Amino acid sequence: MSEPRAANRDFAIGFVVVALAGVLAPAIGLYPVFVMKALCFALFACAFNLLLGYAGLLSFGHAVFFASAGYALGQSLKVWGWPTELGILFAVAASAALGALLGMLAIRRQGIYFAMVTLALAQMVYFFFLETKFTGGEDGLQGIPRGKLLGVVGLENDTVLYYFILAVFLAALLLIYRIVTSPFGQVLKAIRENEARALSLGYDIERYKLLAFILSAGLTGLAGACKALVVGFETLTDAAWQMSGEVVLMTLIGGVGTLFGPVIGAFAIVGLQDQLADRVGSWVQVILGVMFVVCVLGFRRGIVGELGAWLERRRQPRRPGS
Amino acid sequence: MSEFILETRGLTRAFKGFVAVSGVDLRVRTGHIHALIGPNGAGKTTVFNLLTKFLIPTDGQILFDGIDITAEHPAQVARRGVVRSFQISAVFPHLSVRDNVRIGLQRKLGTSFQFWRSARSLDRLNEEADGLLEAVGLRAQAEELTVNLPYGSKRALELATTLALDPRLMLLDEPTQGMGREDVSRVTELIRKVAADRTVLMVEHNMNVVAGLCDVITVLQRGQVLAEGPYDRVAADPRVVEAYMGSSDAVLEGHHG
Repeated sequence: MSEPRAANRDFAIGFVVVALAGVLAPAIGLYPVFVMKALCFALFACAFNLLLGYAGLLSFGHAVFFASAGYALGQSLKVWGWPTELGILFAVAASAALGALLGMLAIRRQGIYFAMVTLALAQMVYFFFLETKFTGGEDGLQGIPRGKLLGVVGLENDTVLYYFILAVFLAALLLIYRIVTSPFGQVLKAIRENEARALSLGYDIERYKLLAFILSAGLTGLAGACKALVVGFETLTDAAWQMSGEVVLMTLIGGVGTLFGPVIGAFAIVGLQDQLADRVGSWVQVILGVMFVVCVLGFRRGIVGELGAWLERRRQPRRPGS
Repeated sequence: MSEFILETRGLTRAFKGFVAVSGVDLRVRTGHIHALIGPNGAGKTTVFNLLTKFLIPTDGQILFDGIDITAEHPAQVARRGVVRSFQISAVFPHLSVRDNVRIGLQRKLGTSFQFWRSARSLDRLNEEADGLLEAVGLRAQAEELTVNLPYGSKRALELATTLALDPRLMLLDEPTQGMGREDVSRVTELIRKVAADRTVLMVEHNMNVVAGLCDVITVLQRGQVLAEGPYDRVAADPRVVEAYMGSSDAVLEGHHG
């Protein structure tokens, strides 16, 4: 079987498993608000991974796209009274536009310099959110209404909202899969693998990187808008650099450059925080830090990456010495 | 079409405190295989980087087919048909062999920014890609992951990817470097074959390859042109022999092959 077809099948299996787990989660007694939050972070990590795993760009400022969408959603739903779906679209557009702006400034730098520039720009946006009025500053933007879907389906019910969020999440996963398996995705992978060579083949690599950055920021915005809709408020916590670090951690633990790794990583981290916060307090940060170190030293491919490599070894016992 | 596909006038590149390339006038005749040789540090790779705009010249002009390309970007120059290879093998290791060639082919479809399309739309390039792989003897490995190929095959794949752009001028940076005897003669034959209807400028250390393949040889030393002409004349030039061997008594021979 050829590589792409095997990858297609792997994705289809993974997608069905995730979708089934999502549909059944409330039935086995998982608290829907918790799962919804985890789904939002999973989407956040997937969007981040689109940039790190497929374009080789480590952004250290992705939290601002997550937060800006939350604020945009809050503003449009609470203050302007827009319908929910329009508010979500507006939030995605706002994050993508911010992504275009910051991306244009950062994309010319490479490696660690790119990460530093994104961090610096993100800090500027953070302080803008802190000072400006509509975000509510330290208090945050509180009391965001969930509204009605298409003007008829009320989302105040947690179960209804749950299936809506799940549908958005699954659709976004399909979109990400399409992006990485598109003609554009092929060029992105080529740039990740060998930038100078891609350039010498006539590709304007900065334009490809910028589009990847905008797509990633927009999808991050979708995650941020959903999260704000779920919890009903947006605060500076989402815009802080610690949040940018957390999404790196989720992606690395799950498996960078794999389609489902970030989903697993996000559920692992959010789950741990949820379970441990009551018992060990701030020590949860120490535990996450240790996990990060273990992951970087011991299993760099992450949970899904290591699993995939193991399956690959089992699949091809013939071919010694290659 | 001009008589000279590539021409440089007073090409100069200074780095902090030292001039790597100094006033080089290079003229590559259309249809020729032209070699650029010289001892280590002579500035050969710097010239390549200048020609393909990976470096910006501090002075001088570069003309491609009579057009001044001195101010253009690397991707622009590539789209004009000046395509380079690299000293170390430049492949995309975690793509399949066929996908490597398809990266070279897919730009002309004009769909490379379309993130909403399936990559299956690129399948119509497969026939052309496989034809190019056939030409370099890699047809059977089309589905293989590139990272698993032996070194010589990676260089051949690189050549196939370069050919996918149908370049008018190919710049090959040490195409046989690090290869065993068998691969060297295979790649030499390959270059001869693909150079039939295009121009090639190559940096090469293996004098056997240069002697057998190239129409004109330019010898660089300390960033300047030392000698130019067909192999026999250049090899007999006492200045060239001295530059290579440190003494004009020695005879210039292939020291790699």
